[in-house]
Amino acid sequence: MIDQPLRIALVGNPNTGKTTLFNQLTGLRQKVANYPGITVERKAGTSIINGLLHTIIDLPGAYSFNHKKLDESITYHTLIGVHELDAAPDLVLFIADSSRLERNLFLLTQVLDLGIPTVLVLNMADLTEKNEINLNKKQLEERLGIPVFSISAHNADNVSDFKTFLSELNISMPEPVSWIEHEVLKESSIKIQNWISEDTNIPDSAQKIEALKMISDAQLPDPLFKVSNPEKGEALIKEIYDRLLKQGSNPAALEMLERYSFVDQVLDRSYSQVAKTTQRTERIDRITTHPVAGPLIFMSILLLMFQAVFSWATPFMDLIDLLFVSFGSWVSQTLPEGMLNSLLVDGVIAGLGGVIIFLPQILFLFFFIFALEGTGYMARAAFIMDGFMSKIGLNGRSVVPLVSGFACAIPGIMGARTIENWKERIITIMVLPFMACSARLPVYAILISAFVPETTILGIFTYQGLTFFGLYLFGILMAVLSALVLKFILKTDEKSPFLMELPDYKLPKWNLVFVNSFQRGKIFVTEAGKVIMVLSIILWFLASFPKNDFASAPSNQKFDFDTEESFQLRKSFAGQFGTFIEPAIKPLGFDWKIGIGLLTSFAAREVMVGTLSTIYSISEEDGAEESLKERLKGDINPETGEPTYSLATAISLMIFFALAMQCLSTIAIVRRETNSWKWPIAMFTYMTVMAYICSFIAYQWIS
Amino acid sequence: MQQSETKSLYKLSECTISGDYQIVDVKGIFADRLYELGVLPGALLSYVRPAPFGFPVEIKVRGQLLALRKSECDCIILAQA
Repeated sequence: MIDQPLRIALVGNPNTGKTTLFNQLTGLRQKVANYPGITVERKAGTSIINGLLHTIIDLPGAYSFNHKKLDESITYHTLIGVHELDAAPDLVLFIADSSRLERNLFLLTQVLDLGIPTVLVLNMADLTEKNEINLNKKQLEERLGIPVFSISAHNADNVSDFKTFLSELNISMPEPVSWIEHEVLKESSIKIQNWISEDTNIPDSAQKIEALKMISDAQLPDPLFKVSNPEKGEALIKEIYDRLLKQGSNPAALEMLERYSFVDQVLDRSYSQVAKTTQRTERIDRITTHPVAGPLIFMSILLLMFQAVFSWATPFMDLIDLLFVSFGSWVSQTLPEGMLNSLLVDGVIAGLGGVIIFLPQILFLFFFIFALEGTGYMARAAFIMDGFMSKIGLNGRSVVPLVSGFACAIPGIMGARTIENWKERIITIMVLPFMACSARLPVYAILISAFVPETTILGIFTYQGLTFFGLYLFGILMAVLSALVLKFILKTDEKSPFLMELPDYKLPKWNLVFVNSFQRGKIFVTEAGKVIMVLSIILWFLASFPKNDFASAPSNQKFDFDTEESFQLRKSFAGQFGTFIEPAIKPLGFDWKIGIGLLTSFAAREVMVGTLSTIYSISEEDGAEESLKERLKGDINPETGEPTYSLATAISLMIFFALAMQCLSTIAIVRRETNSWKWPIAMFTYMTVMAYICSFIAYQWIS
Repeated sequence: MQQSETKSLYKLSECTISGDYQIVDVKGIFADRLYELGVLPGALLSYVRPAPFGFPVEIKVRGQLLALRKSECDCIILAQA
């Protein structure tokens, strides 16, 4: 019987239903955060079982303890008690997917080597209902020497049974499992274990694993551990390695072969599986991974997703916008006029609104991603696209984030987490903002309708439509080129494989899809939100200070279209900035008015339109877009007497918007997802430089 | 390609015909990863189909379907089963 609070760790292969069980054991008493300094999620929580409050940690999914992959080493290091954040657990719940038992038990043999009390939890999912699996639990318990419990992790009754089972559990040190039959290996591993306990600080529980790792890798343990007599260890490894080679064994594979043959013995006549689900999966794969049908199906699914993120989210975004605008105007009318009023309305509330407005798109996108992931289709999508994507330094899994970038870069960047390979993930994030997001639309729309002729060509196309299409294409092209360049620039030590499982098709677990989507939304609002809020307030400050008195200003400082508002903006720090950078942006065809817009559009690209409206003193009532269009066309440069803006300016400005990194929210989320300021700064710099160069070329060439 | 006395050996990356093969050896930088999924010398491997553009390829080992890039296929040496 368990009679004291325990630290319980959930361990298992990826996608075995670990997280579902974790959610059910902890309920809402859980905390999801990143491990410090890296982007692996740490899920911890508490669970009350029979009146005792236990700590539960959902360790990252692992296939083995054999390499230095970040998430797998967290799992291993936590279990052996050398992780800085979590002490070694008192009890391991090893969750195994019953349809892939061989591979799951392979990892279990490594867990058993640690000598921590362990329970094998067989997640039967829905397989037993279909009588696909035949399993002799008692035999498994005897052969493995640990308690076995079978569960269907998305069934609540089952979970309370499991809690009862846990509360009645006798926790004892498991008998060491002797799975090594190979005499030389057995002998050698004991020899090395003796050396380890004398000459290193490797914890006792890890000795067997580390000894075998030294043999198969033919090298000393991880530098994480201190070794006082490396020469002796090296000599020992060499001796053993040579002996195994001479004997005709493959030292690198021997340990694995022995483990798998032990697993086969454990499962022999205690487990059988009718591979109906896998057969069905193979039949579906004949269509979904077909060289022609596969890509077509994938494109249709993408189109549907794009449609959802793009247009289904719009009513919700409009609603959020409306709520924040009306709340803002309510506050501005209720509070006395002044600094505080302006700070609250134009700084805080507008900033908050700017964060929340992205939520619908994020939720929709992640709903789709997690649902598709849950069916097993995501792996097929990656499979189909990887051939092309890997040629430009990306990954099959980059496609979905990149496409969602057409709606908004933020959910896309967060979605890039599904890419295991660090380099491919960084490249995906770095080129993602080139996808023409929806915030660029208003800017494109107003410039195109003002400056690009409506002439029809080839019967059905207009120059306006083609320009629109061209801008999207241009973004994609630039993303591809940048990815290629980054592929050659970025250096990585990580030899991370693509290698992935194509899981059996099944229905997604909807509660998991919802919980995960909401978690993503929450991460965005809390973590990126903080940065965005601060930066919004800074922008507000720049546009509101220093204060200028419109009424008493000398008339030679005013333009004929000036009102109090536009005068204030023009004289503020933001306005001074616009004037200050005018010489730098003149070669691109921009003047100080656009300069102000470039600064304010950092809050969100579409703010450019609002800023220009303010500068030209266009009020919301008189059809903002129409009149802004007319004002842009009609603006005469007082020095030359010619129109300030031309087709060349418009094209140059649109190219600038297509390429420049002008979005604080993106910068904030890149910082959060890469865990450093290095990448967002690099992104800002290279995108802005590219924007400047391309706009310069375009303007000089056209005008 | 290597010639042995009885069977011809080739890498999985050179494989083009669907069917069953015997894994003779697994070596190279991704060997560890492959081992732990049960892609071990002696095991049976079914070559299912390549993706568009030739790679990755879909294979079946120990009842599980896996997708492997060319660099990973290079690590696996096969013989006709």
